[in-house]
Amino acid sequence: MSTQSTRMAARFMVAPSVIVLFIWMIVPLAMTAYFSFRLYRLLSPDRTGWVGFNNYVWFFNSPDFWLALTNTLLLVGGVLVITVVLGILIALLLDQPVKGQGVLRILVIAPFFVMPPVAASIWENLFMHPQNGLFAAIARGFGAQPILFLENYPMPSVIGIVAWEWLPFATLIFVTALQSLSSEQLEAAEMDGASAFNRFRYIILPHLTRAITVVILIQTIFLLGIFGEIFTTTQGGPGSASTTLPYMIFKQAIVAKDIGRAAAGGIIAVILANIVAYFLMRGIGRHLDA
Amino acid sequence: MGKIQLRQVRKSFGDVHVIPGIDLDIEDGEFVVFVGPSGCGKSTLLRLIAGLEDTTSGVIEIDGNDATHLPPAKRGLAMVFQSYALYPHMTVRKNIAFPLKMAGMSPEEQEKRVERAAKVLNLTNYLDRRPGQLSGGQRQRVAIGRAIVREPAAFLFDEPLSNLDAALRVGMRQEISELHQSLKTTMIYVTHDQVEAMTMADKIVVLNAGNIEQVGSPLTLYHTPKNIFVAGFIGSPRMNLIEGPEAAKHNAHTIGIRPEHIGVGDGPWEGVVGLSEHLGSDSFIKVDVPGLGVINVRAAGELNVHHGDRIKLAPTGKIHRFDDKGLAL
Repeated sequence: MSTQSTRMAARFMVAPSVIVLFIWMIVPLAMTAYFSFRLYRLLSPDRTGWVGFNNYVWFFNSPDFWLALTNTLLLVGGVLVITVVLGILIALLLDQPVKGQGVLRILVIAPFFVMPPVAASIWENLFMHPQNGLFAAIARGFGAQPILFLENYPMPSVIGIVAWEWLPFATLIFVTALQSLSSEQLEAAEMDGASAFNRFRYIILPHLTRAITVVILIQTIFLLGIFGEIFTTTQGGPGSASTTLPYMIFKQAIVAKDIGRAAAGGIIAVILANIVAYFLMRGIGRHLDA
Repeated sequence: MGKIQLRQVRKSFGDVHVIPGIDLDIEDGEFVVFVGPSGCGKSTLLRLIAGLEDTTSGVIEIDGNDATHLPPAKRGLAMVFQSYALYPHMTVRKNIAFPLKMAGMSPEEQEKRVERAAKVLNLTNYLDRRPGQLSGGQRQRVAIGRAIVREPAAFLFDEPLSNLDAALRVGMRQEISELHQSLKTTMIYVTHDQVEAMTMADKIVVLNAGNIEQVGSPLTLYHTPKNIFVAGFIGSPRMNLIEGPEAAKHNAHTIGIRPEHIGVGDGPWEGVVGLSEHLGSDSFIKVDVPGLGVINVRAAGELNVHHGDRIKLAPTGKIHRFDDKGLAL
């Protein structure tokens, strides 16, 4: 692929897929951008005309918006911290030679195969429920009042549920990364007098940086759009306590039937995602280079 | 000080007895080479001494103290691994300083020792590079540097040159020998290459199937091998081992003659030349002698024989005699 003609041919060959991908991306984005400047309410007779930045202004003036923005970042950050820290610890355990390792790994990965609304439903009804839940039973066992998770701690509860779903993914990536660490390096460190903690700190953790970067980047993409878990459990409540940006957009589009405002929210979410991506790539993107 | 003694050291993995029981004394300042075919347990023995494997039974003493159950770091030994095992995310400087940092040494002292080691090993210009940016020989030197800064009681080398190309291997072999001359520290060196063993060792330990076949200086092993295994393993090309009536003439079950101890020209044996290799300084030829089998001959200088020639051979040097159990007579 070095002569001019082969390079030309190569460009020619990839062109169709690149064009299709570009259209695939640009049409929805352009339509969203278009609607975000329009008055477009499904329940109102006057659904035409440009409104300038009114839809955006409504978002920025809504007290819920800043709460939703904070909640979104809280959800992403909280789940990332929990999954990365616990994921590394579980991966270290799973990397030990034990009997039934294969079965154990499948068990650990299992939560990832549970669909988000199902997972959320299980947590809501079997664990966090104030009458039937496991946690309530444990609390009563100690003679304490059951905690009203979804009412009093809606955001931490949602973070817990989502973290439970994503923990297997992080663990899986970390286990694979650990397996590629040469045992001679660990032995060399042991000979050099490094304690178990120092071997983790100076050998294992640096070895995992790329895996951690991958986990953070991939999870961030998916966590910014978390919706099903909130819809199933708290419905963004109580009040707006657990409303995130995607949930707020959903409320505008489906509940309020205001397509214009929802589109504006969508554009804001796209901008937010790009800001997050920019800082992530600047902060940890260099770990992706070989 | 680096005097290491093994007393009835045994190692089993489940039912497999890798090392059935070894006694060995390694004196302070000695360069000892463990040599043997792959799978003979030489690396396992080294790892037992290092403390990376637990002994099944037996005692390992370092400088007179029982070290059998000490963790690796407490034994005062440093090891150079086959893969070098450098820390890829650290610079050369940090790699070499790592054992010092783990020992809690002050940064100034660390820096001083790293600089000194770098000077000895010609690494001064590479201190701020990472292992990935170094050549094989340089990585090897960094691994050695990481070992020498600790000033250990003994160095353990696990086939350190097997990942290098032939030319570099000869160079590093000399560097390690010189390092031993200047440091005068005990070194234990594992290899399957008998040339490395012969050129570097004060004392060679020949291992086979977890047992010590013979311990001795390189020339002792060359001149008076205790048994057929040592006779065949030490020396290149391999010693010719002849059984049958020819051996019976010498009152032995098997006789062994080194290829360099066979003369070409006139003699009792006659055969056809098979493969002949002419290196200029030496000529290696394989001669098919009826009744004796294929005889390896090594002649100094150029020898004008080629494939298919009929030549006569005669033993000119020592004939090693072995009984039916393979032991030297």
